[in-house]
Amino acid sequence: MRTRRVYTLTNYLFILPALLIFLVFGVYPFFKVFQLSVMSWDGISPEVKFVGLQNFIEVLHDRVWWASVLNAAWITFLALTIQNGVALILALLCAQNIRGGHVYRVIFYLPPVLSGIVIGLIWKWIFRYPDGILNMTLIKLGLEHLTRDWLGNPHTALNAVAIVHMWRGFGWGFVILLAGLQNIPQQIYEAARVDGANALQRFIYITVPLMIPVFVLVSILTILGSMQIYDIIAATTNGGPGYHTEVPVTRILASMQGAGRFGYACAQGLVFGAILLFVSLFQLWVSKRLKQE
Amino acid sequence: MNRVWGIFLGLFLVLLAGCGLNNNNSSSASEKTIVMWHWLSDKEELLETFAKEFYEKTGIYVKTECFPPPETYIQKIMASAQTNTLPDIYSILNSKRDFANFVKAGFVLKLDSYMDANGGEWKNRFFENALKTVSFVAGNQFGIDPGVYGVPIDVINIQYLYNKDIFRKAGLDPNHPPQTIDEFINAVKKIEKAGYGGLVSGFGEPWIVECFASNFAWNIMGEEKMIATYKGEVPYTDPDWIRVFSLIERMAKEGVFVPGIVIKSNKDAEVDFAYGKVGFAFNGSWAINVYKNSNENIQVGIMLPPKVSNANPRGIWGGAGTWFAVNAKSPKKELAVKFLEWLTEKEQEITYAKETFSIPAIKGCMEAVPEEVKGFLSGMKYVYHPRNFPVQEYPLVVEAFTKGIQAIITGEKSAREVAEDIQKVKEREMKKHPR
Repeated sequence: MRTRRVYTLTNYLFILPALLIFLVFGVYPFFKVFQLSVMSWDGISPEVKFVGLQNFIEVLHDRVWWASVLNAAWITFLALTIQNGVALILALLCAQNIRGGHVYRVIFYLPPVLSGIVIGLIWKWIFRYPDGILNMTLIKLGLEHLTRDWLGNPHTALNAVAIVHMWRGFGWGFVILLAGLQNIPQQIYEAARVDGANALQRFIYITVPLMIPVFVLVSILTILGSMQIYDIIAATTNGGPGYHTEVPVTRILASMQGAGRFGYACAQGLVFGAILLFVSLFQLWVSKRLKQE
Repeated sequence: MNRVWGIFLGLFLVLLAGCGLNNNNSSSASEKTIVMWHWLSDKEELLETFAKEFYEKTGIYVKTECFPPPETYIQKIMASAQTNTLPDIYSILNSKRDFANFVKAGFVLKLDSYMDANGGEWKNRFFENALKTVSFVAGNQFGIDPGVYGVPIDVINIQYLYNKDIFRKAGLDPNHPPQTIDEFINAVKKIEKAGYGGLVSGFGEPWIVECFASNFAWNIMGEEKMIATYKGEVPYTDPDWIRVFSLIERMAKEGVFVPGIVIKSNKDAEVDFAYGKVGFAFNGSWAINVYKNSNENIQVGIMLPPKVSNANPRGIWGGAGTWFAVNAKSPKKELAVKFLEWLTEKEQEITYAKETFSIPAIKGCMEAVPEEVKGFLSGMKYVYHPRNFPVQEYPLVVEAFTKGIQAIITGEKSAREVAEDIQKVKEREMKKHPR
C-alpha cells in the first residue's frame, strides 16, 4: 500500500516541473489577459481602474479594428484557396513518384523554414518600384503599363502582402497533404482503375473523401496562421499605406505600444481569440458533416 | 525508488547551498556596480570605454548592456517596469505620456537638486532645448511635478538634406538651396529631369510623417494655435490645417515624393540617399553618421524646411536625442547620477561628438562638432517639439493624422477629407477622455 502511494507521489513529482511551467506561462497569462481586459491600464503605472465591459463595447465599435479583421480574413481566404490549391497540385505531382521528387520536397519546404522578417525584406525588394525584380521583368517583357508600386499602392498592397504570405505558407500544406496522399492504399486506386475509373474520377471518388481529415487539418492550420499574420507585414508595409494592410495583431500592438492601452489591447486579443475559436469549431462541424455524408 | 528520492534531495540541497553563497568581496564589488541599459549598438564600444575610464577614476563600475533595436529596447523597459526590475540607468524612448507614467510610478529620479547644486553648474551646461525634452513644465497635463527628469547626452534635429553632387548635375547651386516651397518643388523637378529621385524619407514610420507635416503647421499657424488644436479649441478642419494638408497634396501631385515613400522605413530611405539615388532626404542629424558609413564620398548639404508662410518663423523638430533617466527605486541612484554627471562633462562630450558625428548636449563644444553636422548645430535655434507642449495630442488622433497624410500622398483622399477624418477621431477621443 505504502509502495503504491510512493509510486503515485513520485509520478506526480516528475510531472511537477512541466505542470509549474504550464501554470506560470500558460494558465496565469491567460487569466491575466481576462483580468486586464476589464481594466483601464497604461502598462506602467500602479493605478489600474476597473471599467467593466467598456473595452469590449469599444472593440465592437472600432471600425479600424474590424477593417483589420477583414484584411486578415481576405488573406486567409486567398491562402485557403490559392495557397492550399497550389500545395495540393504539387503534392499530387510529387506523390506520383516523379524523378527528383525528394529534391522538390526540400525546395517546396524551404520558405516556411525561413524567418518571416527575412522573407518580407526579400519580397519588399522584389516588389520595389520602379527598380524591383518584378517591375524590371515586366518592363523587359514589354508590359510596362503593368508596373506599379505594389506595396505602396492602396489598391494592390493587401494582395501583394497576401502573395508573400502564400509563398511562405504553401510548403506546410504541401508536406501535410503529401503525407496524407501517401497514406492512401494504392490497391484502392488499382481496383478503381480495373473498374474503368479515369484520373478525375479517381481523384473525386477516392482521393477527396479519404483526404478530408487532412484537408480539415490543413485548413485549420491555414486559418490560424493566416489570421495571425504579423511578421511579413511588419517587414513590408508596417500596416500601411493608410490602414490598408492593418491586421488584428498590428492593431493589438498599436493599442499596447502606441496608445498605451493595455486593457483595450487585451480585450482586442480576447475578441480575436473568440473569432478564431468560432471559425475553427465551425470548420470542425462542417468536416464532421462531410465525413458523415 | 530510494535512489530517485536521493537525487531530488541532492539537487534541492545544491540549490539551497547556491542561494546561500555569499562572498564578502563580491558583495562589496556589487555595491559599487551600477547597471546601464541602452540601445545604441553603434556606440556600444564607446560607452564601454567611458565606463572603463570612469572606473579608473572613481572605482565605480558601470556595467553597460545593449538591447537594440529601439523597438526591442522599449519592450524590454516596459516589461522591466511591470516587474520592477529596471536597471540603475535606462532611457524611455516612448511618448511623453509614457515618460509621465514612468515618473508617476516612481521609476524616474527627479534631478533638479543635483542639477541646481553649485549654482546650477550641471544644469547650465546643457542647451535649453535639450533639457526641455527631459523635463515637465508647470501645469503639464499629466500632473507631474515640474522639473528635470533625465540627462541628455546629445541633441538632434530633423531637417532637409540634399546631395551636392546631384545638385550640380541638375544645374542647381549647392551653396544656395531652395528657400520657399515653390523653389523647392522646382528644384525637385530639375533633379528628376536629371534622372534622380526627388524627396525620400521614412514615411512608413508614423513619427516622421507627423514631424514632416507639423513643420508646415508651425510655420503657418505658430505654436499657440498648434497647442490650441491639441487642447481641442481649434479643429483640424480650420483653414490653416487644411493649408498644411493641401501643401502635402500639392507636393504629392507635383511628384516631389519618391514612389513607395509611404511604406519606406527610415533605414530604407537612408540607403536610397546614401547611394545617390535621390536629391533630397528628410532626416535627422544622426543620419550623417549613417551616410558616411555607407558612402564616405557623399557630400551632404543641410537646409531648413521650405518656407510656406511669412506669419511665423520656420521650425524643426529637435531636442535631446540620446538621454538617460536614473531609476528612483535603485539603492545606487547616487552613483548613477555621479556617472551621468561625469559623462556630460566637456571632455567626454567632445569625445562622444567626434566619435559618433553627434551634436553634444552641452554648450561650448563647437570645435568638437564635425564639419558635416555643423548645419544641424546651427539649426538648434529653430528647434521645437510637440512632446514638449504642455498638452499632448491623443495617440489615436496622431495615428489618424499620420495615416491620413499617407492617404493624401497615395492620392486616396483629399486634404479636406483627411482633415474631416482627423477631426472626427478627435471629437470621439475628447468625448471618451475629456481634459
